[in-house]
Amino acid sequence: MSGNSALRRVDWVCVLIFFLLISIGWLNIYSSTFTEDSTSIFDLSQLYGKQFLFIGISLAAIVLVMALEAGFYERFSSVFYIISLVLLLGLFIFGKTIAGATSWYDLGFFNLQPSELAKTATALALAKYLSDIQTDIKRRKDQLMSLLIFILPALLIIPQPDPGSALVFFSLIFVLFREGLPLWYLGVGFLAILIFIATLMFGTVWVAIGLALIVAIVFLIKKPSVRIPFVPIIGVYVLTLLFSLSVNFVFENVFEQRHRDRFSLWLRLEKDPDKLEEIRKTIGYNTYQSEKAIESGGFFGKGFLEGTRTKGDFVPEQHTDYIFTTVGEEWGFVGTSAVVLLFTILLLRLVHLAERQKNPFSRMYGYGVVSILLIHYFINIGMVIGVLPTIGIPLPFFSYGGSGLIGFTLLLFIFLRLDANRLKEWN
Amino acid sequence: MKKLVLSSIIILIGITFLSRLSYLQVFRMSPNQILEDPAVTIVYDYPERGYIYDRNGDLLVANQPAYDVMVVPRDVKPLDTLEFCSMLGITKERFIKQMEKARIYSPRLPSVLVPQLSKEDYASLQEKMRKYRGFYIEKRSLRDYATDAGANVLGYISEVNEWDLNSNPYYELGELTGRTGIEKQYEEILRGRKGKKYIQKDRFNRVIGPYKNGSLDTLAKAGTEIHISLDKKLQEYGERLMTGKRGGIVAIEPGSGEILAMISGPTYVPELLVGRERSKNYSGLHNDTISKPTWDRSILAEPSPGSPFKTLQALAALQEGVINSETTFRCYNGFYVGRTKRGCHCGGGLRTMNSGIYKSCNAYFAGTFRKFYESFETTDKAMEVWEKHMKSFGLGDYLGYDLPTGRPGRVPNKAYYDKVYGDGRWSSTYIISNAIGQGEVAATPIQLANMTATIANRGFYYTPHFLKQIGDQPIDKPEYTQRKYSTIDPEHFEPVVQGMADVYEKGTAKWLQIPGIQIAGKTGTVENFTRIEGERTQLTDHSIFVAFAPVDNPKIAIAVYIENGYYGARYAGHIASLLIEKYLKGEITRKDLEKRMLEKTLEHEYAKPYSGSEFKINEYVW
Repeated sequence: MSGNSALRRVDWVCVLIFFLLISIGWLNIYSSTFTEDSTSIFDLSQLYGKQFLFIGISLAAIVLVMALEAGFYERFSSVFYIISLVLLLGLFIFGKTIAGATSWYDLGFFNLQPSELAKTATALALAKYLSDIQTDIKRRKDQLMSLLIFILPALLIIPQPDPGSALVFFSLIFVLFREGLPLWYLGVGFLAILIFIATLMFGTVWVAIGLALIVAIVFLIKKPSVRIPFVPIIGVYVLTLLFSLSVNFVFENVFEQRHRDRFSLWLRLEKDPDKLEEIRKTIGYNTYQSEKAIESGGFFGKGFLEGTRTKGDFVPEQHTDYIFTTVGEEWGFVGTSAVVLLFTILLLRLVHLAERQKNPFSRMYGYGVVSILLIHYFINIGMVIGVLPTIGIPLPFFSYGGSGLIGFTLLLFIFLRLDANRLKEWN
Repeated sequence: MKKLVLSSIIILIGITFLSRLSYLQVFRMSPNQILEDPAVTIVYDYPERGYIYDRNGDLLVANQPAYDVMVVPRDVKPLDTLEFCSMLGITKERFIKQMEKARIYSPRLPSVLVPQLSKEDYASLQEKMRKYRGFYIEKRSLRDYATDAGANVLGYISEVNEWDLNSNPYYELGELTGRTGIEKQYEEILRGRKGKKYIQKDRFNRVIGPYKNGSLDTLAKAGTEIHISLDKKLQEYGERLMTGKRGGIVAIEPGSGEILAMISGPTYVPELLVGRERSKNYSGLHNDTISKPTWDRSILAEPSPGSPFKTLQALAALQEGVINSETTFRCYNGFYVGRTKRGCHCGGGLRTMNSGIYKSCNAYFAGTFRKFYESFETTDKAMEVWEKHMKSFGLGDYLGYDLPTGRPGRVPNKAYYDKVYGDGRWSSTYIISNAIGQGEVAATPIQLANMTATIANRGFYYTPHFLKQIGDQPIDKPEYTQRKYSTIDPEHFEPVVQGMADVYEKGTAKWLQIPGIQIAGKTGTVENFTRIEGERTQLTDHSIFVAFAPVDNPKIAIAVYIENGYYGARYAGHIASLLIEKYLKGEITRKDLEKRMLEKTLEHEYAKPYSGSEFKINEYVW
């Protein structure tokens, strides 16, 4: 009965977009892994065939998720969280190494990547903790505790090594902001990133001059009645400069050459065009190829299965992290903008759904879902189209991979299940 | 407020992505994607270039295979340069230079590293090439000549240069194109159309199949053979006769305008401009600025036509009714222009048109010219009519034959004299030299041959041309198959033709008769000057001769121009006579005449201006 009513109240906009995304995603996986001797689309020896199977498993998972009581997820969130931590820990002993990263369990027919499932579990656990009546986000202790919930799995994932996946967990800080963590934390973080980039691009001296100018302008336009807190301002200014200096130090001494090269490429730090070209073709090879492939698609694209660079395997990891290049090459700007719009609508819709939850747990979890999807989407497409440095994480619902697809499906549909239940909770 | 933060971030990201994507896919997208696409390579299938045959179906030009070593700089892996160079037979410096050039042209398009290897070199290289990534051998077709003659007509093919690449999108670096002569004129017919295959490659540059299932591919269209009007035997014979002489010869079939022979001396063997030695040989020929073997004198030299031009004066005067064939002029071993006497070698006495022509009397034609001008109210009017008549014989402008180069010659007119002497500051006495083909008038040998053909046809000509047949299809081009009429009525030709026939019967060429064939001709002896250290110096006269035969049913009209060959009957007359006999009879009966022409050279004449000392001209020595 509950399953039936959940089905009736489920948010069909999200469901529709979900199906569109996995369909488009699969078509592109098909195109990028298609070979001349392919026989059937269900051919399990081919990657697209496997992905087809994963889609089937995901659909089964959806049925299961919708069938269960909404309260189940809140109740068992801690259990899920602990299980994921155990699974992540277990990798240190039983993990299977693929392409240098020990991120998988070999289940024989299937490689399970627990970090993908840990995302959902952590979002649930965070929501559970924050929605607890005794938690007060204004309290320093609770702030730290909340941070710990998502930093813990991240710390377990970093040594795999899979820094990209680890980074994803930090996106859950949005949930904290929504629930009352002062926004200036965000402001400070944002400022730090700005100063980091500005220092790399222009050097500490110009950052100092620039900041001084901004302060001076604020002084000039302020109302005369407002008193100037000289000491704090000077303190902040000095701190900022110290940070800027430390950026140089970290960049030159802590970063490795490959990291420096990535930044050189991203921020065009290398002024010598020959060297820049050299970096583009070595360190930046992936980005160079993916940009070129997308560019070559033009407005309308080359057509399904007609992507020459896709066929020629010019873009590495095209069916996983770089799947968006297939969209770009074969479907052109029409295709890429459609995908961007679908993600945008889905995310905005999810924010809207989260905001209408009466149950704080559902709302917080909803925010967790949005944060996780958003950071994947932002970093992945940003990297592929060359506006962000190379960080390897998958594009939700698109990239090849069973754990990822099932993980994202669970993440989304648990929230849709909670959402479908919201009227009941009102009663 | 807090609710909006995340939504704003989502929208901001969306806008950023869409801007970046539209920049990449809409603005930066270049229209020539397929050419820049590393995943698609175009492979060309070069059709064989069309053969060239002569008028009798004798082969002139065929093909031979040659092999270019090509390089795609991007694909080159570090290699043992020394070993590779010694294998190719080039120096390391040249290798480095060529590689740099190739890289500048394009890192991912093929460039020629070593052009035109022989079959033997290719056989030994073929095996070893595999070892060197980024290099491969491309088979090309080079010309193979079945004759040593006709280089100036046939022209040559060579690798396309930057200008060709920029001006004609058809060509790719390393391809060959007709550079001069027939090869250039009929490039598109001979060349055919290369086939294109689009190949899908992967990032290791391995072929993984046709691109779009070959739907964009085009088939090669073979080059078409052409037959040209040249008579191989006549051409070869003419070039032998020209040994050691400078000048130009053109023979035309009057009844069709087909060019039977076009000889320029000195010339070169076409084989020289084929293969690896091509550019070295070309420089050698091109840098010979004294004898200029690549300068086709038969269509580019513009001497004064000399006495053959007198025939047109007679025709123009007859047409305007100024004289009739019996009108007489007296020759005082010369004639007077004002107080100045100009000489004549005809022997003096009363001259009619007939003897005027066959004795080449200067006084007769000066008189005729004067009378012609006096019959009009103004000099300007007379000159206008005169110019119209002269030009109707194809003089004074480009003839329109099918070779890519040429010169217009000159029929001087009022505008010309106004420019040279100042407006109106000249009179008929200034221009009387034109009456005897000296002065300002100038004509290329092909124009003289065409003029002779017009007389042979008694009043019309066909634009001279080489093209006879494309594949099996005889040409049907109106510009070559329609008659161009001169402004002279047919009946006026007979007395002139008679005079020209008498040149052989009893005139200036009576020693050059061919047994059994009646020829009409006209000798010409042209004064000419050069500058030696800034001083105008007269050189030995140019020898000119025009003729056609047989008189009643002309099969050949010929003009021969021999630089510094002295009087007309000497070199030019001899050669014209021999060529006519060769063409009409197929063999030479006058062996002594032939021997003399084959052996005599004019090198001593050509050396005179460079000797640095005083020299005599017009010496009467054989």
